[in-house]
Amino acid sequence: MEKLKKHWWKVLAALLLFYTVIAGLLMDAPRLHILNETIRALHFHVPMWFGMLALLLLSVVYAVKYLRSGELRHDRYAVEFANAGLIFGILGIVTGMFWAHYTWGKFWSFDPKQNMSAIALLIYLAYFVLRGSFEDDHQRARISSVYNIFAFAAMVPLLFILPRLTSSLHPGNGGNPGFNAYDLDSNLRMVFYPAVIGWFLLGLWFASLRVRLRLVQDKLEDNL
Amino acid sequence: MRLEEVKALLYKELLLEWRQRYAFNGMLLYVSSTIIVCYMSFGVRSGMLTPPVWNTLFWIIMLFTAVNAVAKSFLQEAEGRQLYYYTLASPQGIILAKIVYNAMLMLLLTGVGLLFYSVVLGNPVQDPLLFIVAMVLAAISFSSTFTMISGIAQKAGNNSTLMAVLGFPVIVPTLLMVIKIAKSAMDGLERSLSLDELVTLLAINAIVITVSLMLFPFLWRS
Repeated sequence: MEKLKKHWWKVLAALLLFYTVIAGLLMDAPRLHILNETIRALHFHVPMWFGMLALLLLSVVYAVKYLRSGELRHDRYAVEFANAGLIFGILGIVTGMFWAHYTWGKFWSFDPKQNMSAIALLIYLAYFVLRGSFEDDHQRARISSVYNIFAFAAMVPLLFILPRLTSSLHPGNGGNPGFNAYDLDSNLRMVFYPAVIGWFLLGLWFASLRVRLRLVQDKLEDNL
Repeated sequence: MRLEEVKALLYKELLLEWRQRYAFNGMLLYVSSTIIVCYMSFGVRSGMLTPPVWNTLFWIIMLFTAVNAVAKSFLQEAEGRQLYYYTLASPQGIILAKIVYNAMLMLLLTGVGLLFYSVVLGNPVQDPLLFIVAMVLAAISFSSTFTMISGIAQKAGNNSTLMAVLGFPVIVPTLLMVIKIAKSAMDGLERSLSLDELVTLLAINAIVITVSLMLFPFLWRS
């Protein structure tokens, strides 16, 4: 019972993801021209971006916490949330490319949304390169926290404002209807919302495992 | 942070630049030789340089100039001397003075660059005033973003690869906006059409400068 109290959210994540995969692939979806069955990508592609943004936001929150407190523990959280966010971002871009291949006709069609997300990934890859260039733990933590916050602030206009200023093929941008316009009977919503929560919890789970590993490594190093 | 402090620091930067002119001359030469290289490689006589290419090429040259010009803003002074400044002035004053100084430097370099570029590659701009506005905004944005990035890169051992890797993805939104405004200026479009981009650019600048002011105190302490 004790265990269930502590780990209920992991059980929830597993259940929600089972539901997402089964219902997302088997339940009725609106039949639409061109989109056809690819509309099911909604449950897998979109939650990746939501998950990425939420995880990166958590990473920034921990970067701020580190700068305020100077405790290395917070830095470990910031790195691992950024790591998990990066994985979600890569999955998001790959799932998006497959979807674009069947609906827009090409894997990469120079869409502003695609370009901007590629750049957002570059920013966080640069973050890891920056981390690699320090020897001292505290120095690394402080400087990379500064870059983390700076890059996140610069990324917000990149992902939210710019694609809206230009024409885009992406649903929900440049005059294209978002998926909520197709979802007349709320069937998609019934899978989509649980999917968002499930994938995000999975990301948290990843990150928490990696954080624990890092903290254990830190402890071992201290004891040596 | 006081205004006099920023002024004094700015004066110091200008004086330092004036006394070691080789760095500035080097940057001027960098711009001119890049332009010459582009001129030679494009072989302009065959008419390959359409207006959009002209515009993009100009801003790419300016981007690389900015990376190189601003990268040295923390490199120029020895570690010990920087420590000395930090005991005298507030961190916000230092970063603000550097941003203003780099903006002036970039404005000068872009101006000279444009002059030389127009002489060599022609100048199809139809609305010079809007183009100059784009140049001023570009100078401010490049300097505000790259000053902070160069501060970060300096702590990581002044690696110039790192400067580009960290800076380029962050500068992309600004660069796109600038290229768009400059393109409208070239085509002589109605100025009100560029208002959206101008406002966005100013907003991005405001974000970047505010964040720099907030974060720099943590950077220099190490």
